[in-house]
Amino acid sequence: MALSQIGIGSDVAADITRARLTGKRADVSGTAFRTALQIGLSLSVIVLVVLLADVLTGGWSVLTTRLGEFLTAPLRANPAQAGIAQSLAGTLWTGMVVVLLSFPIGIGAAIYLEEYAPQNRLTRFIEVNVRNLAGVPSVVYGILGFTIFVQWSGGFTGGRTALAGGLTLACLVLPIVIITSSEAIRSVPRAIREGGYGVGATQWEIIRTFVLPYAAPGILTGTVLSLARALGEAAPLILVGAVQGRLASQDPIWDPAWLTERFTAMPVTVADWATRPEEGFVANTAAAIVVLLAIVLLFNLGSILLRNRYERKRHR
Amino acid sequence: MLVSAVVSVVISALILVSLLGETFTFVKGLAETGTWSSLWADGWFPRRGQYSVATLLMGSLIVTLVAMAVAIPLGLAGAVYLSEYARPSVRRLLKPALETLAGIPSVVLGVFALTFISPEVVQRFFEAPQANLAAAGLGVGILTIPLVASVSEDAMRSVPAALREASYGLGARKATTCVRVVLPAALSGLVAALILAVSRALGETMVVAIAAGGSAGALFTADPLRPGTTMTAAMIAQAGGTDQVKGDALTFQSLFFVGTLLFGITLSLNLVAGRFVRRFRNVY
Repeated sequence: MALSQIGIGSDVAADITRARLTGKRADVSGTAFRTALQIGLSLSVIVLVVLLADVLTGGWSVLTTRLGEFLTAPLRANPAQAGIAQSLAGTLWTGMVVVLLSFPIGIGAAIYLEEYAPQNRLTRFIEVNVRNLAGVPSVVYGILGFTIFVQWSGGFTGGRTALAGGLTLACLVLPIVIITSSEAIRSVPRAIREGGYGVGATQWEIIRTFVLPYAAPGILTGTVLSLARALGEAAPLILVGAVQGRLASQDPIWDPAWLTERFTAMPVTVADWATRPEEGFVANTAAAIVVLLAIVLLFNLGSILLRNRYERKRHR
Repeated sequence: MLVSAVVSVVISALILVSLLGETFTFVKGLAETGTWSSLWADGWFPRRGQYSVATLLMGSLIVTLVAMAVAIPLGLAGAVYLSEYARPSVRRLLKPALETLAGIPSVVLGVFALTFISPEVVQRFFEAPQANLAAAGLGVGILTIPLVASVSEDAMRSVPAALREASYGLGARKATTCVRVVLPAALSGLVAALILAVSRALGETMVVAIAAGGSAGALFTADPLRPGTTMTAAMIAQAGGTDQVKGDALTFQSLFFVGTLLFGITLSLNLVAGRFVRRFRNVY
Protein backbone atom coordinates (compact mmCIF):
# COMPACT_ATOMS: atom_id res chain seq x y z
CA MET A 1 0.00 0.00 0.00
CA ALA A 2 2.80 2.33 0.90
CA LEU A 3 4.43 1.86 -2.50
CA SER A 4 1.32 2.93 -4.32
CA GLN A 5 1.34 6.27 -2.59
CA ILE A 6 3.22 9.15 -4.07
CA GLY A 7 5.82 10.65 -1.76
CA ILE A 8 6.22 7.93 0.90
CA GLY A 9 8.26 8.82 3.96
CA SER A 10 12.00 8.24 3.86
CA ASP A 11 11.67 5.83 6.81
CA VAL A 12 9.24 3.63 4.88
CA ALA A 13 11.47 3.83 1.80
CA ALA A 14 14.44 2.77 3.93
CA ASP A 15 12.54 -0.24 5.28
CA ILE A 16 11.43 -1.36 1.84
CA THR A 17 14.88 -0.92 0.34
CA ARG A 18 16.52 -2.81 3.19
CA ALA A 19 14.03 -5.66 2.85
CA ARG A 20 14.77 -5.90 -0.90
CA LEU A 21 18.54 -5.76 -0.46
CA THR A 22 18.89 -8.19 2.42
CA GLY A 23 15.91 -10.41 1.77
CA LYS A 24 14.98 -10.05 5.46
CA ARG A 25 11.51 -8.88 6.26
CA ALA A 26 11.05 -8.65 9.98
CA ASP A 27 12.74 -6.02 12.11
CA VAL A 28 12.24 -7.54 15.56
CA SER A 29 14.02 -5.00 17.75
CA GLY A 30 12.55 -2.15 15.72
CA THR A 31 9.05 -3.46 16.33
CA ALA A 32 9.83 -3.95 20.01
CA PHE A 33 11.01 -0.33 20.28
CA ARG A 34 7.92 0.91 18.53
CA THR A 35 5.68 -1.16 20.79
CA ALA A 36 7.45 0.15 23.89
CA LEU A 37 6.80 3.71 22.73
CA GLN A 38 3.16 2.89 22.07
CA ILE A 39 2.80 1.36 25.53
CA GLY A 40 4.36 4.47 27.09
CA LEU A 41 2.01 6.77 25.27
CA SER A 42 -1.04 4.60 25.92
CA LEU A 43 -0.22 4.55 29.64
CA SER A 44 -0.52 8.33 29.75
CA VAL A 45 -3.86 8.17 27.97
CA ILE A 46 -5.03 5.31 30.20
CA VAL A 47 -4.20 7.35 33.31
CA LEU A 48 -6.35 10.16 31.92
CA VAL A 49 -9.24 7.78 31.22
CA VAL A 50 -8.98 6.08 34.63
CA LEU A 51 -8.93 9.47 36.35
CA LEU A 52 -12.01 10.68 34.51
CA ALA A 53 -13.84 7.38 35.11
CA ASP A 54 -12.86 7.43 38.81
CA VAL A 55 -14.25 10.91 39.51
CA LEU A 56 -17.35 10.30 37.40
CA THR A 57 -18.27 7.10 39.25
CA GLY A 58 -17.34 8.70 42.57
CA GLY A 59 -19.56 11.71 42.02
CA TRP A 60 -22.32 9.86 40.19
CA SER A 61 -24.64 9.53 43.17
CA VAL A 62 -24.51 13.27 43.89
CA LEU A 63 -24.69 14.31 40.24
CA THR A 64 -27.73 12.16 39.49
CA THR A 65 -29.77 12.57 42.67
CA ARG A 66 -29.29 16.20 43.69
CA LEU A 67 -27.41 18.09 40.97
CA GLY A 68 -29.66 21.15 41.18
CA GLU A 69 -29.29 21.48 44.93
CA PHE A 70 -25.55 20.75 44.71
CA LEU A 71 -25.03 23.63 42.30
CA THR A 72 -27.19 26.13 44.18
CA ALA A 73 -26.69 25.29 47.88
CA PRO A 74 -24.03 27.02 49.98
CA LEU A 75 -21.12 25.20 51.65
CA ARG A 76 -22.53 23.35 54.63
CA ALA A 77 -21.13 21.13 57.32
CA ASN A 78 -23.71 18.44 56.55
CA PRO A 79 -22.45 16.62 53.44
CA ALA A 80 -25.97 15.64 52.33
CA GLN A 81 -26.98 19.30 52.01
CA ALA A 82 -23.70 20.93 51.04
CA GLY A 83 -23.39 22.66 47.68
CA ILE A 84 -20.90 24.65 45.68
CA ALA A 85 -22.79 27.86 44.81
CA GLN A 86 -20.34 30.04 46.74
CA SER A 87 -17.32 28.33 45.20
CA LEU A 88 -18.75 28.83 41.72
CA ALA A 89 -19.29 32.51 42.51
CA GLY A 90 -15.69 32.84 43.69
CA THR A 91 -14.38 31.13 40.56
CA LEU A 92 -16.57 33.33 38.36
CA TRP A 93 -15.46 36.62 39.94
CA THR A 94 -11.76 35.79 40.28
CA GLY A 95 -11.89 34.64 36.65
CA MET A 96 -13.55 37.91 35.68
CA VAL A 97 -10.69 39.90 37.25
CA VAL A 98 -8.17 37.72 35.37
CA VAL A 99 -9.94 38.31 32.05
CA LEU A 100 -10.29 42.06 32.57
CA LEU A 101 -6.69 42.60 33.73
CA SER A 102 -4.28 40.01 32.41
CA PHE A 103 -5.76 39.76 28.90
CA PRO A 104 -5.50 43.44 27.89
CA ILE A 105 -2.19 43.99 29.72
CA GLY A 106 -0.72 40.72 28.42
CA ILE A 107 -1.75 41.29 24.82
CA GLY A 108 -0.61 44.92 25.03
CA ALA A 109 2.78 43.81 26.33
CA ALA A 110 3.06 41.22 23.54
CA ILE A 111 2.25 43.82 20.85
CA TYR A 112 4.83 46.15 22.33
CA LEU A 113 7.54 43.49 22.57
CA GLU A 114 6.98 42.13 19.06
CA GLU A 115 6.11 45.26 17.08
CA TYR A 116 7.46 48.37 18.78
CA ALA A 117 10.25 47.44 21.17
CA PRO A 118 13.73 48.50 20.05
CA GLN A 119 16.44 45.86 20.24
CA ASN A 120 18.04 47.11 23.43
CA ARG A 121 18.91 45.91 26.89
CA LEU A 122 15.58 46.94 28.42
CA THR A 123 13.66 44.84 25.87
CA ARG A 124 15.92 41.84 26.40
CA PHE A 125 15.57 42.25 30.15
CA ILE A 126 11.77 42.33 29.91
CA GLU A 127 11.74 39.22 27.72
CA VAL A 128 14.00 37.22 30.04
CA ASN A 129 11.98 38.45 32.97
CA VAL A 130 8.68 37.29 31.44
CA ARG A 131 10.12 33.84 30.72
CA ASN A 132 11.35 33.47 34.28
CA LEU A 133 8.05 34.68 35.73
CA ALA A 134 6.28 31.92 33.82
CA GLY A 135 8.35 29.36 35.73
CA VAL A 136 7.73 30.74 39.22
CA PRO A 137 5.74 28.17 41.27
CA SER A 138 2.13 29.17 41.90
CA VAL A 139 2.50 29.13 45.71
CA VAL A 140 5.06 31.91 45.41
CA TYR A 141 2.42 34.00 43.65
CA GLY A 142 0.30 33.30 46.72
CA ILE A 143 2.93 35.02 48.85
CA LEU A 144 2.95 37.93 46.41
CA GLY A 145 -0.83 38.17 46.62
CA PHE A 146 -0.89 37.96 50.39
CA THR A 147 1.75 40.64 50.89
CA ILE A 148 0.76 43.06 48.14
CA PHE A 149 -2.99 42.64 47.65
CA VAL A 150 -4.06 41.64 51.16
CA GLN A 151 -1.64 43.46 53.45
CA TRP A 152 -0.38 46.47 51.49
CA SER A 153 -3.44 47.37 49.46
CA GLY A 154 -6.03 45.91 51.80
CA GLY A 155 -7.76 49.30 51.89
CA PHE A 156 -8.49 48.95 48.18
CA THR A 157 -9.14 45.23 47.88
CA GLY A 158 -10.83 44.83 51.26
CA GLY A 159 -8.27 42.29 52.47
CA ARG A 160 -8.80 38.60 51.77
CA THR A 161 -11.43 39.08 49.08
CA ALA A 162 -12.22 37.69 45.64
CA LEU A 163 -10.69 40.87 44.22
CA ALA A 164 -7.35 40.13 45.93
CA GLY A 165 -7.57 36.52 44.73
CA GLY A 166 -8.36 37.61 41.18
CA LEU A 167 -5.48 40.10 41.16
CA THR A 168 -3.13 37.33 42.33
CA LEU A 169 -4.30 34.96 39.59
CA ALA A 170 -4.00 37.78 37.05
CA CYS A 171 -0.31 38.16 37.98
CA LEU A 172 0.10 34.38 37.76
CA VAL A 173 -1.18 34.06 34.19
CA LEU A 174 0.13 37.37 32.83
CA PRO A 175 3.49 35.91 31.70
CA ILE A 176 1.69 32.99 29.99
CA VAL A 177 -0.61 35.41 28.15
CA ILE A 178 2.39 37.50 27.06
CA ILE A 179 4.37 34.46 25.83
CA THR A 180 1.53 32.84 23.86
CA SER A 181 0.37 36.15 22.37
CA SER A 182 3.96 37.02 21.38
CA GLU A 183 4.28 33.67 19.61
CA ALA A 184 1.02 34.25 17.76
CA ILE A 185 2.10 37.75 16.66
CA ARG A 186 5.55 36.50 15.64
CA SER A 187 3.96 33.90 13.36
CA VAL A 188 2.30 36.57 11.19
CA PRO A 189 4.13 36.46 7.82
CA ARG A 190 6.38 39.42 6.98
CA ALA A 191 4.69 39.77 3.61
CA ILE A 192 1.44 40.80 5.26
CA ARG A 193 3.15 43.68 7.07
CA GLU A 194 5.13 44.71 4.00
CA GLY A 195 1.97 44.73 1.92
CA GLY A 196 0.48 47.17 4.40
CA TYR A 197 3.48 49.47 4.32
CA GLY A 198 3.38 49.28 0.50
CA VAL A 199 -0.03 50.93 0.42
CA GLY A 200 1.09 53.61 2.86
CA ALA A 201 -0.52 52.44 6.10
CA THR A 202 0.90 53.58 9.43
CA GLN A 203 2.35 51.07 11.87
CA TRP A 204 -0.70 51.15 14.13
CA GLU A 205 -3.04 50.72 11.13
CA ILE A 206 -1.06 47.68 10.05
CA ILE A 207 -1.14 46.17 13.54
CA ARG A 208 -4.84 46.82 13.92
CA THR A 209 -6.05 45.73 10.50
CA PHE A 210 -3.55 43.03 9.48
CA VAL A 211 -1.42 41.71 12.32
CA LEU A 212 -3.98 41.38 15.10
CA PRO A 213 -6.72 39.74 13.00
CA TYR A 214 -4.18 37.25 11.63
CA ALA A 215 -2.81 36.49 15.09
CA ALA A 216 -6.26 36.50 16.76
CA PRO A 217 -6.86 32.73 16.81
CA GLY A 218 -3.42 32.10 18.33
CA ILE A 219 -3.91 34.85 20.90
CA LEU A 220 -7.39 33.58 21.73
CA THR A 221 -6.14 30.00 22.18
CA GLY A 222 -3.36 31.16 24.50
CA THR A 223 -5.57 33.41 26.59
CA VAL A 224 -8.31 30.81 26.98
CA LEU A 225 -5.75 28.18 28.03
CA SER A 226 -4.29 30.56 30.59
CA LEU A 227 -7.76 31.31 31.94
CA ALA A 228 -8.32 27.56 32.36
CA ARG A 229 -5.01 27.38 34.21
CA ALA A 230 -6.05 30.25 36.50
CA LEU A 231 -9.43 28.72 37.32
CA GLY A 232 -7.78 25.44 38.37
CA GLU A 233 -5.27 27.00 40.76
CA ALA A 234 -5.86 26.46 44.46
CA ALA A 235 -2.49 27.11 46.09
CA PRO A 236 -2.20 30.88 45.52
CA LEU A 237 -5.82 31.42 46.58
CA ILE A 238 -5.31 29.49 49.81
CA LEU A 239 -2.34 31.71 50.66
CA VAL A 240 -4.34 34.83 49.81
CA GLY A 241 -6.93 33.60 52.28
CA ALA A 242 -9.66 31.80 50.37
CA VAL A 243 -12.01 30.32 52.92
CA GLN A 244 -11.80 26.63 53.71
CA GLY A 245 -14.98 25.73 55.50
CA ARG A 246 -18.20 27.70 55.64
CA LEU A 247 -18.69 31.13 54.17
CA ALA A 248 -21.08 33.83 55.36
CA SER A 249 -21.87 35.58 52.09
CA GLN A 250 -24.95 34.24 50.32
CA ASP A 251 -25.24 36.82 47.54
CA PRO A 252 -26.51 35.55 44.22
CA ILE A 253 -23.67 34.32 42.02
CA TRP A 254 -23.81 37.26 39.58
CA ASP A 255 -23.70 39.94 42.29
CA PRO A 256 -20.45 41.97 42.01
CA ALA A 257 -20.55 42.43 45.79
CA TRP A 258 -18.60 39.14 45.79
CA LEU A 259 -15.51 41.05 44.73
CA THR A 260 -15.10 42.74 48.09
CA GLU A 261 -16.16 39.87 50.34
CA ARG A 262 -14.44 36.85 51.82
CA PHE A 263 -14.44 34.17 49.14
CA THR A 264 -13.62 30.65 48.16
CA ALA A 265 -13.25 28.99 44.75
CA MET A 266 -13.88 25.61 43.15
CA PRO A 267 -10.34 24.17 43.49
CA VAL A 268 -10.10 25.42 47.08
CA THR A 269 -13.37 23.67 47.96
CA VAL A 270 -12.13 20.46 46.32
CA ALA A 271 -8.95 20.60 48.41
CA ASP A 272 -10.94 21.35 51.55
CA TRP A 273 -13.50 18.59 51.08
CA ALA A 274 -10.86 16.03 50.07
CA THR A 275 -9.33 16.18 53.53
CA ARG A 276 -12.63 16.03 55.47
CA PRO A 277 -13.03 12.83 57.48
CA GLU A 278 -16.83 12.48 56.96
CA GLU A 279 -17.81 9.70 54.56
CA GLY A 280 -20.38 11.86 52.76
CA PHE A 281 -17.76 14.32 51.55
CA VAL A 282 -16.04 11.67 49.40
CA ALA A 283 -18.89 11.74 46.88
CA ASN A 284 -19.20 15.52 47.22
CA THR A 285 -15.49 15.93 46.45
CA ALA A 286 -15.80 13.78 43.34
CA ALA A 287 -18.88 15.69 42.21
CA ALA A 288 -17.14 19.03 42.76
CA ILE A 289 -14.18 17.74 40.73
CA VAL A 290 -16.54 16.80 37.88
CA VAL A 291 -17.92 20.36 37.86
CA LEU A 292 -14.41 21.88 38.06
CA LEU A 293 -13.15 19.61 35.27
CA ALA A 294 -16.21 20.45 33.17
CA ILE A 295 -15.36 24.15 33.44
CA VAL A 296 -11.60 23.81 32.90
CA LEU A 297 -11.71 21.15 30.17
CA LEU A 298 -14.44 23.02 28.32
CA PHE A 299 -12.07 25.99 27.99
CA ASN A 300 -9.16 23.70 27.13
CA LEU A 301 -11.01 21.66 24.55
CA GLY A 302 -12.58 24.78 23.08
CA SER A 303 -9.21 26.40 22.50
CA ILE A 304 -7.66 23.20 21.10
CA LEU A 305 -10.54 22.77 18.62
CA LEU A 306 -10.33 26.44 17.70
CA ARG A 307 -6.61 26.15 17.00
CA ASN A 308 -6.98 22.98 14.92
CA ARG A 309 -9.73 24.58 12.86
CA TYR A 310 -7.69 27.68 12.06
CA GLU A 311 -4.55 25.65 11.41
CA ARG A 312 -6.39 23.59 8.82
CA LYS A 313 -7.84 26.71 7.21
CA ARG A 314 -4.37 28.27 6.96
CA HIS A 315 -2.81 25.25 5.32
CA ARG A 316 -5.44 25.00 2.66
CA MET B 1 1.98 49.54 25.67
CA LEU B 2 5.44 49.91 27.09
CA VAL B 3 3.65 50.34 30.39
CA SER B 4 1.97 46.93 30.09
CA ALA B 5 5.34 45.35 29.26
CA VAL B 6 6.85 46.95 32.33
CA VAL B 7 4.06 45.49 34.50
CA SER B 8 5.83 42.12 34.34
CA VAL B 9 9.01 43.68 35.70
CA VAL B 10 7.01 45.31 38.48
CA ILE B 11 5.49 41.92 39.36
CA SER B 12 8.96 40.37 39.60
CA ALA B 13 10.12 43.18 41.84
CA LEU B 14 7.05 42.80 44.05
CA ILE B 15 7.62 39.04 44.33
CA LEU B 16 11.16 39.69 45.53
CA VAL B 17 10.06 42.40 47.95
CA SER B 18 7.24 40.32 49.44
CA LEU B 19 9.51 37.29 49.85
CA LEU B 20 12.58 39.00 51.19
CA GLY B 21 10.97 41.35 53.76
CA GLU B 22 9.64 38.64 56.08
CA THR B 23 12.50 36.26 55.26
CA PHE B 24 14.82 38.91 56.64
CA THR B 25 12.66 39.13 59.79
CA PHE B 26 12.84 35.33 60.12
CA VAL B 27 16.62 35.16 59.82
CA LYS B 28 17.04 38.16 62.11
CA GLY B 29 14.69 36.52 64.64
CA LEU B 30 16.75 33.34 64.60
CA ALA B 31 19.92 35.35 65.05
CA GLU B 32 18.53 37.41 67.92
CA THR B 33 17.22 34.48 69.88
CA GLY B 34 20.23 32.37 68.94
CA THR B 35 17.99 29.52 67.81
CA TRP B 36 19.84 28.52 64.64
CA SER B 37 19.60 24.95 65.91
CA SER B 38 15.85 24.98 65.14
CA LEU B 39 16.85 24.74 61.46
CA TRP B 40 18.33 21.31 62.23
CA ALA B 41 15.44 20.04 64.38
CA ASP B 42 13.97 16.54 64.02
CA GLY B 43 11.20 17.71 61.76
CA TRP B 44 9.17 20.54 60.29
CA PHE B 45 6.80 21.73 63.01
CA PRO B 46 6.71 25.51 62.56
CA ARG B 47 4.11 26.01 65.29
CA ARG B 48 6.49 24.44 67.78
CA GLY B 49 9.47 26.40 66.53
CA GLN B 50 11.07 23.46 64.69
CA TYR B 51 12.11 24.56 61.21
CA SER B 52 14.04 21.58 59.89
CA VAL B 53 14.81 22.67 56.35
CA ALA B 54 16.36 19.27 55.68
CA THR B 55 12.92 17.66 56.16
CA LEU B 56 11.41 19.89 53.50
CA LEU B 57 14.33 19.49 51.09
CA MET B 58 14.33 15.71 51.50
CA GLY B 59 10.55 15.59 51.00
CA SER B 60 10.81 17.71 47.87
CA LEU B 61 13.67 15.53 46.62
CA ILE B 62 11.74 12.28 47.14
CA VAL B 63 8.58 13.60 45.50
CA THR B 64 10.59 14.96 42.57
CA LEU B 65 12.55 11.72 42.08
CA VAL B 66 9.38 9.60 42.10
CA ALA B 67 7.71 12.09 39.75
CA MET B 68 10.62 12.00 37.32
CA ALA B 69 10.67 8.19 37.38
CA VAL B 70 7.12 8.40 35.98
CA ALA B 71 7.24 11.52 33.82
CA ILE B 72 10.55 11.02 32.00
CA PRO B 73 9.99 7.54 30.51
CA LEU B 74 6.30 8.14 29.74
CA GLY B 75 6.74 11.70 28.50
CA LEU B 76 9.77 10.81 26.41
CA ALA B 77 8.07 7.72 24.91
CA GLY B 78 5.08 9.87 24.01
CA ALA B 79 7.32 12.52 22.47
CA VAL B 80 9.38 10.06 20.39
CA TYR B 81 6.25 8.33 19.15
CA LEU B 82 4.40 11.53 18.28
CA SER B 83 7.43 13.10 16.61
CA GLU B 84 8.93 10.10 14.77
CA TYR B 85 6.28 7.42 14.34
CA ALA B 86 2.72 8.71 14.54
CA ARG B 87 0.83 9.41 11.35
CA PRO B 88 -0.78 12.87 11.21
CA SER B 89 -4.22 11.43 11.89
CA VAL B 90 -3.03 9.60 15.02
CA ARG B 91 -1.15 12.72 16.11
CA ARG B 92 -4.25 14.85 15.77
CA LEU B 93 -6.03 12.48 18.14
CA LEU B 94 -3.31 11.86 20.73
CA LYS B 95 -1.88 15.35 21.06
CA PRO B 96 -5.18 16.81 22.38
CA ALA B 97 -5.33 13.91 24.85
CA LEU B 98 -1.92 14.90 26.25
CA GLU B 99 -2.97 18.54 26.26
CA THR B 100 -6.12 17.60 28.19
CA LEU B 101 -3.90 15.88 30.75
CA ALA B 102 -1.90 19.11 30.96
CA GLY B 103 -5.09 21.05 31.66
CA ILE B 104 -6.17 19.00 34.67
CA PRO B 105 -5.92 21.13 37.82
CA SER B 106 -3.42 19.91 40.40
CA VAL B 107 -6.06 19.63 43.16
CA VAL B 108 -7.78 16.99 41.04
CA LEU B 109 -4.55 15.00 40.73
CA GLY B 110 -4.09 15.43 44.48
CA VAL B 111 -7.45 13.83 45.24
CA PHE B 112 -6.74 11.12 42.63
CA ALA B 113 -3.36 10.41 44.25
CA LEU B 114 -4.92 10.12 47.71
CA THR B 115 -8.04 8.13 46.84
CA PHE B 116 -6.89 6.04 43.88
CA ILE B 117 -3.11 5.89 43.36
CA SER B 118 -2.37 5.33 47.04
CA PRO B 119 -4.78 2.43 47.74
CA GLU B 120 -4.72 0.88 44.23
CA VAL B 121 -1.03 1.22 43.41
CA VAL B 122 1.20 2.06 46.38
CA GLN B 123 -0.61 0.14 49.14
CA ARG B 124 -1.12 -2.84 46.83
CA PHE B 125 2.63 -3.40 46.56
CA PHE B 126 3.98 -1.88 49.76
CA GLU B 127 3.10 -1.49 53.39
CA ALA B 128 2.26 2.21 53.69
CA PRO B 129 -0.27 4.58 55.26
CA GLN B 130 -2.84 6.09 52.89
CA ALA B 131 -1.10 9.46 52.78
CA ASN B 132 2.53 8.99 51.73
CA LEU B 133 5.21 10.72 49.71
CA ALA B 134 5.30 8.04 47.00
CA ALA B 135 1.62 8.47 46.08
CA ALA B 136 2.10 12.24 45.96
CA GLY B 137 5.20 11.75 43.78
CA LEU B 138 3.26 9.55 41.34
CA GLY B 139 0.54 12.20 41.14
CA VAL B 140 3.08 14.94 40.47
CA GLY B 141 4.69 12.68 37.86
CA ILE B 142 1.41 12.33 35.98
CA LEU B 143 1.05 16.12 36.02
CA THR B 144 4.53 16.58 34.53
CA ILE B 145 4.16 14.02 31.69
CA PRO B 146 2.64 16.57 29.26
CA LEU B 147 5.42 19.09 29.97
CA VAL B 148 8.17 16.54 29.29
CA ALA B 149 6.32 15.31 26.21
CA SER B 150 5.69 18.71 24.64
CA VAL B 151 9.15 20.20 25.25
CA SER B 152 10.99 17.10 24.02
CA GLU B 153 8.67 16.70 21.05
CA ASP B 154 9.41 20.28 20.02
CA ALA B 155 13.12 19.52 20.34
CA MET B 156 12.91 16.39 18.18
CA ARG B 157 10.70 17.93 15.53
CA SER B 158 13.19 20.72 14.98
CA VAL B 159 15.94 18.20 14.15
CA PRO B 160 16.34 18.57 10.37
CA ALA B 161 14.88 15.78 8.20
CA ALA B 162 18.22 15.57 6.37
CA LEU B 163 19.82 13.96 9.43
CA ARG B 164 17.22 11.20 9.43
CA GLU B 165 17.50 10.65 5.68
CA ALA B 166 21.28 10.48 5.87
CA SER B 167 20.92 7.86 8.60
CA TYR B 168 18.52 5.79 6.50
CA GLY B 169 20.86 6.16 3.53
CA LEU B 170 23.64 4.58 5.58
CA GLY B 171 21.39 1.62 6.26
CA ALA B 172 20.26 2.43 9.79
CA ARG B 173 16.91 1.12 10.89
CA LYS B 174 14.18 3.43 12.15
CA ALA B 175 14.75 2.61 15.82
CA THR B 176 18.52 3.11 15.42
CA THR B 177 17.90 6.43 13.70
CA CYS B 178 15.69 7.54 16.58
CA VAL B 179 17.98 6.52 19.38
CA ARG B 180 21.42 7.19 17.86
CA VAL B 181 20.73 10.14 15.55
CA VAL B 182 17.59 12.09 16.44
CA LEU B 183 17.78 11.89 20.24
CA PRO B 184 21.46 12.96 20.46
CA ALA B 185 20.78 15.77 18.00
CA ALA B 186 17.93 16.97 20.19
CA LEU B 187 19.92 16.47 23.39
CA SER B 188 20.06 20.02 24.70
CA GLY B 189 16.30 20.34 24.14
CA LEU B 190 15.77 17.10 26.07
CA VAL B 191 17.98 18.34 28.91
CA ALA B 192 15.89 21.52 29.00
CA ALA B 193 12.74 19.38 29.20
CA LEU B 194 14.24 17.44 32.10
CA ILE B 195 15.25 20.54 34.05
CA LEU B 196 11.89 22.25 33.46
CA ALA B 197 10.12 19.09 34.64
CA VAL B 198 12.21 18.99 37.83
CA SER B 199 11.47 22.64 38.45
CA ARG B 200 7.76 22.08 37.85
CA ALA B 201 7.71 19.07 40.18
CA LEU B 202 9.50 21.02 42.92
CA GLY B 203 6.95 23.81 42.61
CA GLU B 204 3.91 21.52 42.49
CA THR B 205 1.84 22.20 45.56
CA MET B 206 -1.67 20.86 45.89
CA VAL B 207 -0.92 17.23 45.01
CA VAL B 208 1.57 17.03 47.88
CA ALA B 209 -0.59 19.11 50.22
CA ILE B 210 -3.50 16.68 49.75
CA ALA B 211 -1.79 13.31 49.28
CA ALA B 212 1.47 13.35 51.27
CA GLY B 213 -0.08 13.67 54.72
CA GLY B 214 2.20 16.34 56.10
CA SER B 215 -0.37 19.05 56.77
CA ALA B 216 0.38 19.11 60.50
CA GLY B 217 4.15 19.07 59.99
CA ALA B 218 6.38 16.06 59.46
CA LEU B 219 9.34 14.28 60.91
CA PHE B 220 12.48 13.97 58.82
CA THR B 221 12.21 10.91 56.60
CA ALA B 222 14.04 9.55 53.60
CA ASP B 223 11.44 6.82 53.10
CA PRO B 224 8.95 7.52 50.28
CA LEU B 225 6.42 5.19 51.92
CA ARG B 226 6.05 7.44 54.95
CA PRO B 227 4.01 10.63 55.25
CA GLY B 228 6.06 13.76 54.72
CA THR B 229 5.99 17.28 53.49
CA THR B 230 7.73 19.40 50.88
CA MET B 231 8.64 23.07 50.64
CA THR B 232 5.39 23.81 48.79
CA ALA B 233 3.05 21.76 50.97
CA ALA B 234 4.60 23.25 54.11
CA MET B 235 3.64 26.69 52.84
CA ILE B 236 0.03 25.67 52.21
CA ALA B 237 -0.23 23.93 55.58
CA GLN B 238 0.68 27.16 57.28
CA ALA B 239 -1.61 29.41 55.26
CA GLY B 240 -4.49 28.61 57.62
CA GLY B 241 -2.49 30.44 60.27
CA THR B 242 -1.91 33.62 58.34
CA ASP B 243 -4.64 35.49 60.19
CA GLN B 244 -4.24 33.82 63.57
CA VAL B 245 -0.56 33.50 64.25
CA LYS B 246 -0.27 30.86 66.93
CA GLY B 247 2.68 29.12 68.41
CA ASP B 248 6.22 30.26 67.99
CA ALA B 249 6.88 33.91 67.26
CA LEU B 250 8.55 33.17 63.91
CA THR B 251 5.94 30.67 62.66
CA PHE B 252 4.40 33.14 60.25
CA GLN B 253 7.74 34.35 58.91
CA SER B 254 8.98 30.83 58.24
CA LEU B 255 6.40 30.66 55.44
CA PHE B 256 8.28 33.40 53.61
CA PHE B 257 11.63 31.79 54.34
CA VAL B 258 10.50 28.57 52.65
CA GLY B 259 9.04 30.62 49.80
CA THR B 260 12.38 32.31 49.22
CA LEU B 261 14.16 28.95 49.25
CA LEU B 262 11.71 27.49 46.72
CA PHE B 263 11.85 30.60 44.54
CA GLY B 264 15.65 30.55 44.51
CA ILE B 265 15.89 26.87 43.57
CA THR B 266 13.26 26.94 40.81
CA LEU B 267 14.60 30.21 39.38
CA SER B 268 18.11 28.80 39.09
CA LEU B 269 16.80 25.64 37.43
CA ASN B 270 14.74 27.68 34.97
CA LEU B 271 17.73 29.88 34.11
CA VAL B 272 19.85 26.80 33.39
CA ALA B 273 17.04 25.28 31.29
CA GLY B 274 16.75 28.54 29.34
CA ARG B 275 20.44 28.36 28.54
CA PHE B 276 20.02 24.83 27.12
CA VAL B 277 17.02 25.88 25.04
CA ARG B 278 18.98 28.79 23.57
CA ARG B 279 21.95 26.57 22.76
CA PHE B 280 19.58 24.20 20.99
CA ARG B 281 17.99 27.02 18.98
CA ASN B 282 21.40 28.24 17.90
CA VAL B 283 22.40 24.85 16.43
CA TYR B 284 19.36 24.42 14.16
